[in-house]
Amino acid sequence: MLNNNDILSTIRMIDQQHLDIRTITMGISLLDCCDSDPHAACRKIYDKITTSAQDLVKTGEDIEAEFGIPIVNKRISVTPMALVAGASRTADYVPFAQAMERAAQATGVNFIGGFSALVQKGMTEGDKRLIAAIPEALAVTERVCASVNVGSTKVGINMDAVALMGRTIKAAAERTAQRGGFGCAKLVVFCNAVEDNPFMAGAFHGVGEAERVINVGVSGPGVVHHALQAIKGEPFDVVAETIKKTAFRVTRMGQLVAREASTRLGVPFGIVDLSLAPTPAIGDSVARILEEMGLEVCGTHGTTAALALLNDAVKKGGVMASSSVGGLSGAFIPVSEDEGMIAAASSGVLTLDKLEAMTCVCSVGLDMIAVPGDTTAETLSAIIADEAAIGMINQKTTAVRLIPAPGKVVGDTVEFGGLLGSAPVMPVHRESSADFIARGGRIPAPMHSLKN
Amino acid sequence: MRAIVTVIGKDQVGIIASVCALLSEKNVNVLDISQTILQEYFTMIMLVDASQATIPFARLKEVLAETGKERGLDIRIQREDIFDAMHRL
Repeated sequence: MLNNNDILSTIRMIDQQHLDIRTITMGISLLDCCDSDPHAACRKIYDKITTSAQDLVKTGEDIEAEFGIPIVNKRISVTPMALVAGASRTADYVPFAQAMERAAQATGVNFIGGFSALVQKGMTEGDKRLIAAIPEALAVTERVCASVNVGSTKVGINMDAVALMGRTIKAAAERTAQRGGFGCAKLVVFCNAVEDNPFMAGAFHGVGEAERVINVGVSGPGVVHHALQAIKGEPFDVVAETIKKTAFRVTRMGQLVAREASTRLGVPFGIVDLSLAPTPAIGDSVARILEEMGLEVCGTHGTTAALALLNDAVKKGGVMASSSVGGLSGAFIPVSEDEGMIAAASSGVLTLDKLEAMTCVCSVGLDMIAVPGDTTAETLSAIIADEAAIGMINQKTTAVRLIPAPGKVVGDTVEFGGLLGSAPVMPVHRESSADFIARGGRIPAPMHSLKN
Repeated sequence: MRAIVTVIGKDQVGIIASVCALLSEKNVNVLDISQTILQEYFTMIMLVDASQATIPFARLKEVLAETGKERGLDIRIQREDIFDAMHRL
């Protein structure tokens, strides 16, 4: 029989340390939904999603009940919509987002990702129309998430797209001004976007993927935090080992759930994403893990090193526990979704510049950060360009999800509710980057892209 | 299907009897039991076979939880696989 302490420790992790499966995400290819008639295309999209994912939520709930492990979200990602909608004779892509929304409602998922375009090297007519539709699409839907990939290590950074996305974020915020710029919380700008990411808002089903696939994102900042509380003052070798062991356990559980979901749904298992994804709940914070390592407040000197260790140890522990690791896999640092980050940002210790440095060593980027409503589109673009440059040079994924909250100034807080949390408005540099962004063109790929 | 039943709560007369009676009523076979009392807190872990249960697993889970609630106990049932995955190579 199993060791009693092991059984009780699992129960404590679930009950007291917020251990959960953050998401089961079904990726669905919509490439066979292309149609020159946009109405027909939308109908095919709705039918394909609702048929493929009709049992997703029920299966997730069944697994949750049998294994006693919470599965917080059931979600869907689809082929980047610009590729599907591009075949239709229409300039208005908002109806495609509405078709996604209806399908998400019908299947009972809380988010659907893939209102996306991949424009790292250039933009097709379909890409341009999709980006133009983003502000409206995010305003008239609740569950649809959009993402745009503007750069990669292989091809460089499309600065025309970076400029356009600054304006698009502005427009999305203004279009949802009554809700604090909520539209922007569902919009991610990527460099080196991954095709199998199960986490929102950046999930889409890449063209290199199968017809359908099940990807699972695990979580567990609270479990790591708790494990570190037991080794106060020990050297970093011990810290790294402790995190690795914890990540291993958490990922094994994710792998089990992923396999089970895949078998029950008859859909191939894709990947487990080994991310430490925080929530606004007390005791489920990545920032508090960094502070547990000996930092008074997250954001002070030493934070980047602490995060680097955490991110690496999570991967090393998790990679042995799953047959296929993918997605973003690392530590997430979304400010509004992390109780400790919110506190650190509100106190002024955690700044945008420090967060930028932290994104060099963790799995994502500047995530869920509210900035003043009068931040210009060019400044937003320049922030995107900085973040994309970090991703491009370091051969990693970086993302930007900024909310220029309309009418809000530094010191205000924007409430999104639920998992999206609340974001203290953080200051940006006031000096202009407009001439830099106005240049357009492409920042060439770095030397190390030439590997062939 | 093998599952782990855990019962945690304040010690009182008849906990094992009531849980076992309930499991027996639902045709769930008890394979192993271990029980300790830590600082007045009763902790029981049972390995059971629920493959011949007369009610669906989700319902069994509810019935156990309800019975526990009546006595101020936390009773849960989870498939054994989750503990195996997390603690055994």
